[in-house]
Amino acid sequence: MYRYLLVGLFVALLGACQSMPKHDDSLYVALGGQEGISKLIDIFIYEIGQTEETIHHFEDTDIDRFREKQIEHICKLSGGPCVYTGDEMKPVHEGMNISESEFNAITNAMIRALNTAGVSIGSRNRLLAIIASMRAEVIYQ
Amino acid sequence: MKFLYNLCLLLVTSQLIFLSSKVIAGGKLVGTSGVTQIEGSGGGGLVPWATLPGYGTRDEKGGAAFFSAVSVDDFRMSSYGASYAYYDRFEISFAHQKFKSDDKKTDLAQNVLGMKVRLFGDLVYTAWPQVALGAQYKNANNTNSILSLGAKDDHGVDYYLAATKAWLDGPFHRNFVLNTTLRYSKANQLGLQGFGGDKRNSYQGLFEVSAGIFITRYWVLGTEYRQKPDQLSSVKEDDWKDIFIAFFPNKKSAISFALVDLGRIGGKGRQTGGYLSIQLTY
Repeated sequence: MYRYLLVGLFVALLGACQSMPKHDDSLYVALGGQEGISKLIDIFIYEIGQTEETIHHFEDTDIDRFREKQIEHICKLSGGPCVYTGDEMKPVHEGMNISESEFNAITNAMIRALNTAGVSIGSRNRLLAIIASMRAEVIYQ
Repeated sequence: MKFLYNLCLLLVTSQLIFLSSKVIAGGKLVGTSGVTQIEGSGGGGLVPWATLPGYGTRDEKGGAAFFSAVSVDDFRMSSYGASYAYYDRFEISFAHQKFKSDDKKTDLAQNVLGMKVRLFGDLVYTAWPQVALGAQYKNANNTNSILSLGAKDDHGVDYYLAATKAWLDGPFHRNFVLNTTLRYSKANQLGLQGFGGDKRNSYQGLFEVSAGIFITRYWVLGTEYRQKPDQLSSVKEDDWKDIFIAFFPNKKSAISFALVDLGRIGGKGRQTGGYLSIQLTY
């Protein structure tokens, strides 16, 4: 009986382990956690302000809300313990008709922010790959 | 034909001047323009890629001008030209190549007029590669010496299909680029030694491949291989290969350096040496 229980427990544990989502927060940690990401987004917002060709898209933006949602989003995307309470990528960019070139300009602003924040090239590429994967939901909406 | 070349050169040059004056800064990410290969098409060093010159997106135009020099044991080659990309869809290019031996016995040259159309895909952003179809019309000078080598013609067209893909965040969290090109050609030594030969006078499929890693955002380290035909019994021809490093300091320029192995050329032994290329993009 004891033996069956042990086997049962073992099988149950195995199942539990498998059903547990594999959680990888290494990018979140590499970005410096909540503090690092907040700093990154502050620099990112500054860099967006320096990007003339896309500035018109931000004319009516509530910067405080934008900052908060950006931090949540990057936190969540990098595997951090955050809930993103902002809008989905597709609807939020609807009607903006963001061109490829404008998307790239903002991506470049993020690259400059990552450089300034001193994020390593490996972590930078990881985050950029995530951003790039959302491109189709952002451009020409 | 000469008139056509001059016309095209004029066209490409005037477009470049137009572009540089209007400063249509391309929107693509630095490095994604690629460089210009020795026949004037957007690509790596030896191999044409599916990439178009410059950083223009689908709403923009772009262009490039280049100069390349190759120095191997017994020969020197130089190549210069310009290219123009239209809305990330069409490319037109022109290049002039000179090929000389150190002993002055060989003195060849040719003009290359290139066209390329991007069929589908985006180098960085689509899961599938960027694929392009291209053609290179080549017209060699020195017709008599070319024909005396056993070549059947002094002009010809190469056709190629190129697939190029960049991976963000590949192994070691680095960005990678891989290109494969299938060329359909009759050209001897790029066409400098004419087209077709006594051993073979028909088109054949040739395989070309390039691979590179972005060590940083600005530096790419890579290698290329270009299969070559061997159609003349008077002079042997071997496949070409190189190891290259390219530097993209900004979106306006690129410099590449390569160690090349061009195999046997013009009756001489194996030719190895260096390759240097400078590109300005608009």
